[in-house]
Amino acid sequence: MPSENAGRVEPLVETIDLTKAYGSITAVDALTLRVLPGEIYGLLGPNGAGKTTTILMLLGLTTPTSGTARVLGLDPAHRALDVKRRVGYLPDAVGFYGRLTGRENLRYTADLNGLPRDEAEAVIDDLLARVGLAGAADRPTSGYSRGMLQRLGIADALVKDPAVLILDEPTTSIDPAGVVELLALIRRLVAERGVGVLLSSHLLGQVERLCDRVGIFWRGRLLAEGTVADLATQAGDPSLDLEAAYGRLVAAATEGRRDVAA
Amino acid sequence: MAAAGAGSGRVRRPGWMVVASKELAETLTSVRFAILVLLLVFAAAVPVYAASGAIRDAAEAASGEAALFLALFTIGADPVPSFVGLVAFIAPLLGIAFGFDAINGERAQGTLARLLSHPIYRDDLVNGKFVAGLAAIGIAVVGVMMIVAGVGIVRLGIIPSPGEVGRLVAWMALTILYIGVWLGVAMLASVLVARAATSALVAIGLWLALSLFGVLLAQIVAGVLDPGFNPADPEAALGHAQLEQFLSAVNPGSVYQQATLALLNPGVTAVVVPGFAQALQLSQQIPTELSLQQSLLIIWPHIVGLLLVMVACFVASYVVFLRQEVRA
Repeated sequence: MPSENAGRVEPLVETIDLTKAYGSITAVDALTLRVLPGEIYGLLGPNGAGKTTTILMLLGLTTPTSGTARVLGLDPAHRALDVKRRVGYLPDAVGFYGRLTGRENLRYTADLNGLPRDEAEAVIDDLLARVGLAGAADRPTSGYSRGMLQRLGIADALVKDPAVLILDEPTTSIDPAGVVELLALIRRLVAERGVGVLLSSHLLGQVERLCDRVGIFWRGRLLAEGTVADLATQAGDPSLDLEAAYGRLVAAATEGRRDVAA
Repeated sequence: MAAAGAGSGRVRRPGWMVVASKELAETLTSVRFAILVLLLVFAAAVPVYAASGAIRDAAEAASGEAALFLALFTIGADPVPSFVGLVAFIAPLLGIAFGFDAINGERAQGTLARLLSHPIYRDDLVNGKFVAGLAAIGIAVVGVMMIVAGVGIVRLGIIPSPGEVGRLVAWMALTILYIGVWLGVAMLASVLVARAATSALVAIGLWLALSLFGVLLAQIVAGVLDPGFNPADPEAALGHAQLEQFLSAVNPGSVYQQATLALLNPGVTAVVVPGFAQALQLSQQIPTELSLQQSLLIIWPHIVGLLLVMVACFVASYVVFLRQEVRA
């Protein structure tokens, strides 16, 4: 860590020029971002922008081509297990073992994280109540709706009592009422536990409502970053909402790319 | 037990053990397991029922024969094949059934990325699933064998000698190893092929190809490698036969069957197809019985061979899996 970092808040997640290339395709191109404690950071971009690839690099599930990532000060490429002990992850389209109940699925997670049995039971009961699944806890997850699975996924990510929560498209394929509930749940968790959240989404409205800071991610590159007001200023008009600012920033980037190509 | 978690003082079981105990619990209560045990019981009950009848009918003639109890497992009564023969046929199916969707099934369910975001290594997943599969197979095989042996004792009224028990135990271990080979093949297929239905087909196709056409394949390959040998020339014919034998030794099924033969028949003193000189020797040999230890010595190369194939499949599956992307 460079000494210039002294005296500021240690970021929970930090990437510097993080790059991932698959053959000739660059999925993530020199990404530099920070997530601070107690902050909800939204990675906003269309499908295929490289959001999931970025997240997998942060968890050590895929190795970067170049650049560095730090999660809680650790390099996930080399200290994957230590990172995974303290980072909760809700994957895109999360799945559970359909023959097991919600509670049994979480028990497996608790075992994988080395929680002692009695402690695990208390944690699981608490989490199931918190995500509103106490009533369905002893039903097989094959009968759960998409929204219920998503909420169980959040409980699953919280079993290890993480310092960082990484949520990949947490609201996809949930009905609107479920989304409101889920976003409120995330807010509550941040307020109660002070975790940092990195959230990826392609849904502008939700990101705008939920996130403290937003990074606009497009074709593997971070076009702009900051609060919604910052982004509007960068887009040239402080009165813009996120949707308009996003449109302008992406349009500018597209033109920029054309200029380069010409 | 194992190392404690970082700074938390939690007593951790190793990751593979957590995976194995969950997988085993899930397997033992699955419909799949119930069907396979039923299949195995059926494969055991019919031949043993038929064989025990045949043995009792021939009790006079058989009374002097050694290892009579083992005959219960090794003789068939036309048209029913022997227990051992049936097990040899369905064993690969058991291995395939427990492994064909090990990894791609997790992918399809959307559990793989979530599972690997918890603090375990990827090889914990492969190891744990392999151990659980082998344990489930062991439970099924040992359980069914106990039942069959019990029924045999009652129907035949013979108590097996310690030597026979030893041979049966050794044969069970051999069978579990052989099923383990197919478990390894199936797990490798589940890593290499994205869809569970396809990987099951790949593994079953390989099983059918080897068990139905194994001998034929060996003959064809031998024909390609050693074309135009003169069958009238004893030297050439022997060389060709040995080449065929070597090629069929690559087939785990024939290796298993040869080893089974030697284990369950104390009179078998050699498991290779003999050359002319050896055949002459064998025909002049006074029938003898080998001890279990001597039988094991004969099939030791077979055991090592099967172990090698199993370990190779297993290592290949996790080397490939380690390099794969978590996302399909």
